[in-house]
Amino acid sequence: MSDMNQQMTARYKNNFLKEIEEQAEMGDWVKMCMQCGVCSGSCPTNFHGGWDHPPQELFMMIRAGKRDEVLSSNSMWQCVSCYNCYVRCPRKVPITHVMHGLAEYAYRLGRAPKMQPTLHLSQTFWNNATKYGRVNEVKLTQSLYFKDGIGSGIKKALEMQSMALGLVKAKRLNPMEAIGGGHKCKDLKGIHAMLAKARELEAKRKGRQPA
Amino acid sequence: MAEMKTAAYICKGCELGTRLDAASLVKIATKEGKMNLVREHDFLCSADGVAMIKNDIASEGVTHVAICACSRRAKTEAFNFPTVAMSRGNLREGVIWIRPDTDAARETTQEMAEDYVRMACAEVKAMKVPEGNQNTGGVKTLLVVGGGISGMTAALEASKAGYKVVLVEKAGELGGMTAKLYKRIPTREPFKAPEDNGIADLVAQIEADANIKVYLNATLAKTSGAPGRFKVEIAVESGSVATEDVGAIVQATGFGLYDMNKLPHLGGGQANVVDQAGLEALARAANGGPIKRADGKEVKSVVFVQCAGQRDTTGEHLQYCSGHCCNTSIKQAMYFKDSNPDIDTVVLFTDLRTPGNGEDFYRSAQNKGVIFSKGVVSNVSASGGGCKVKFKDLILNEETETEADLVVLATGMVPTSGPDLDALSEATRAAEGGDEAAKEQVIQMKSKSVLNLDYRQGPDMPQFKHGFNDSHFICFPYETRRTAIYAAGPVRRPMDTVQAIEDATGAAMKAIQAMENAGLGKAAHPRAGDLSFPTARLEGCTQCKRCTVECPFGAIDEDEKRFPLFNESRCRRCGTCMGACPVRVISFENYSVNTVGAQIKAVDIPDEFSEKPRVLILACENDAYPALDMAGMNRYEYDAFVRVIPVRCLGSVNTIWITDALNSGYDGVMLMGCKHGEEYQCHFVKGSELGRYRMSKVYDTLKGMNLEEERLMDLEVAITDIETLPQKINDYAAKIVEMGMSPFKGL
Ligand code: SF4
Ligand code: SF4
Ligand code: SF4
Ligand code: SF4
Repeated sequence: MSDMNQQMTARYKNNFLKEIEEQAEMGDWVKMCMQCGVCSGSCPTNFHGGWDHPPQELFMMIRAGKRDEVLSSNSMWQCVSCYNCYVRCPRKVPITHVMHGLAEYAYRLGRAPKMQPTLHLSQTFWNNATKYGRVNEVKLTQSLYFKDGIGSGIKKALEMQSMALGLVKAKRLNPMEAIGGGHKCKDLKGIHAMLAKARELEAKRKGRQPA
Repeated sequence: MAEMKTAAYICKGCELGTRLDAASLVKIATKEGKMNLVREHDFLCSADGVAMIKNDIASEGVTHVAICACSRRAKTEAFNFPTVAMSRGNLREGVIWIRPDTDAARETTQEMAEDYVRMACAEVKAMKVPEGNQNTGGVKTLLVVGGGISGMTAALEASKAGYKVVLVEKAGELGGMTAKLYKRIPTREPFKAPEDNGIADLVAQIEADANIKVYLNATLAKTSGAPGRFKVEIAVESGSVATEDVGAIVQATGFGLYDMNKLPHLGGGQANVVDQAGLEALARAANGGPIKRADGKEVKSVVFVQCAGQRDTTGEHLQYCSGHCCNTSIKQAMYFKDSNPDIDTVVLFTDLRTPGNGEDFYRSAQNKGVIFSKGVVSNVSASGGGCKVKFKDLILNEETETEADLVVLATGMVPTSGPDLDALSEATRAAEGGDEAAKEQVIQMKSKSVLNLDYRQGPDMPQFKHGFNDSHFICFPYETRRTAIYAAGPVRRPMDTVQAIEDATGAAMKAIQAMENAGLGKAAHPRAGDLSFPTARLEGCTQCKRCTVECPFGAIDEDEKRFPLFNESRCRRCGTCMGACPVRVISFENYSVNTVGAQIKAVDIPDEFSEKPRVLILACENDAYPALDMAGMNRYEYDAFVRVIPVRCLGSVNTIWITDALNSGYDGVMLMGCKHGEEYQCHFVKGSELGRYRMSKVYDTLKGMNLEEERLMDLEVAITDIETLPQKINDYAAKIVEMGMSPFKGL
């Protein structure tokens, strides 16, 4: 993977575009963008600042071979999956999915911004779900609350106390999950086997070593 | 024709009978119109009404008919009596439909109707039945100049329609520019890949067609005559001259390439930089294999520079878009990608314009991995073994650059329409004045002539914008200013092969129509079918030459005695010559200084104290008059003090009408004609412009008469001005009221 990071790109040549096509989920759509800008104009979060590049620009940067800027861009992490761009793109580019594909690829290359909230949530959610075979809500909540340390974790928990109680009363949250009780997955082993197989297939499709 | 017998018919249908006092109209037609026969009818356009008129013509010997009913534009099939002279009093669209049905308005509405009856009677008495001259020539062979895709298509289409064709090509083989293409932009589903250029097939069809006679290595040495009787001398390579009689001509001489040496900053003239035609040659040589540069190196990366020397705002290069070059670059990028998908192909554009089904083609190229980037190229220079392209990326908003083995410039199309006639006549004048350089220039310019027309007005067709022969993009694209000579393909406006094929088909059909009309003595567009034609009473002619110079269609030559010689089949019946003639000796049988003058005189002018001003409107029959009719159909009201007379074109308006009207007590005159100038809408191209120029001289006359300038008003009207036109009329009428009555009443 490190050799990937060393890759050199020449401007306005196909190499980085090809890399994205091969490596990033839905990356083969990038070439179909016709630079109309409808996605950028439709994106509700893009206007709030903090976005390095709106989707249209990101796609042009890929074509222009701006590898470093693209992979370290924060844009794909800012996407909230509202699908506004997706439904509006006149070229039917599945923009939202391309954004996710880019995020995943940057993460895989170790280029994702550190302590990025979207990344952290996804990561935590994924680890939690795959470990237990289903989401353990109490543990997921805990790890999110305490991500910035004990003090702020307790503060957040106190703030949300009454809601948590309400959820418990409505049988929407089972406190036993904190100690290994509550809902469980019926065939945890089976799920793990399935996930392993999926990883293997995916790796084969993309021609790389299973992660 | 036998003695003149006049008849007026007053219709009472369409509420005319209830809104107007028909009995009084009958009285006016009889007493003032002095018509021999006056009848009213409840429904004149009905079978019964029409039969009544026909019967009067057949058994009463009626020769002149005034139909006082609806607009001359309505019920033309019912009121179609080709053997008699006919005028139409517009009581429906012109009177009751534009006036409110109120007691207060009744009097002025009736007065309006009465005037239109007077005018119809006066007009018809000044008219004759146009006989049409069938001896103007009936040759039905089409001459096609140019054997490219447009010319060959025109020839084949005409042949399929049953006409003989003479096809003249200056090169040694048919095919033109398209034959030089490795492949062409796709013309059919699924529009995803370049397709065969199609020339071999067309050439085979031409060769197998007994109707088509082909001259190769040939040019036109001389084209004389007129529609239906052109005589062309064809100079062939051997030096001999062949003569052919043809009825109409399609000029499909295509385009030339904009010289890329004029674009040094884009690398024009450098090694490893070609224009699109240059790339076609490389692709043909490669024939599907790896494309190699002139130095033999295989091209691994290529950059296409769109709009090279086109859509230029500095005035230095072509100002227009050639329309095909975006699709052409897409196609050429595919040549590379199809031979090897690893070749880097970048298209730098500001706007990618892909007419027709080019959008599918564009997508297909993206799919093949062609990179499209929005950018403006500032410089192309030699670098390493190839080129460095500097440009501004408009999406990323930065100055940047890339390298390529080969750069392709998308330069534009330049028309091959022959010399510019205005420049030529200027140079000729200077040459006649003894200017040696000008003499050389004249020879140079004449050598570029395509048609070598033996017309007094110059050897080729007058050019429009940027030297192309396009006459009117939307309304009458094929018409040129030389009757029965049609421009097709890129000589008319820049276009691709798909458009050229369509264009050539259209032009061939128009040419056929023109030949047929010429054989019958009928006019071509826009008065298609008109049998009248202008004649000059030469006893009165002062040989001022205004008619010969002003005729927008080059219809008038000079005879040996230097009198104007009208070529009827070249004439479009616009009347510009009639408007131009200072001694008013030019007239049509059914349209003359008298037919309009009589109408102007027929209007009843109330005296100074009546508070009823009269405004004369001379309205172009192509746009303004229909717009007025449509205003009527929509029941938009306008002032009751106006009297409208349709004219063939503002160009046909003789200033005498205006001065006579003002002299006889009209309070104002309004001219309604089409837009003129660069973006003209005039159906006779130059007519409205010439007419307006003449009118500008009338202001001096007004001053001499001590009349306000505002008594003459020139209004530009488009056929779509249906809603705004009534308001403009009302505003003008209000202004006239404010100005006060003309002092010339009752003099
Ligand atoms: S909307 Fe689609 S085509 Fe337009 S810029 Fe965005 S991705 Fe490209
Ligand atoms: S899906 Fe993502 S990129 Fe698209 S509009 Fe929504 S937030 Fe923006
Ligand atoms: S000016 Fe018009 S009417 Fe007169 S000869 Fe020319 S085309 Fe005919
Ligand atoms: S404009 Fe009238 S006077 Fe002049 S040349 Fe023509 S016909 Fe003669």
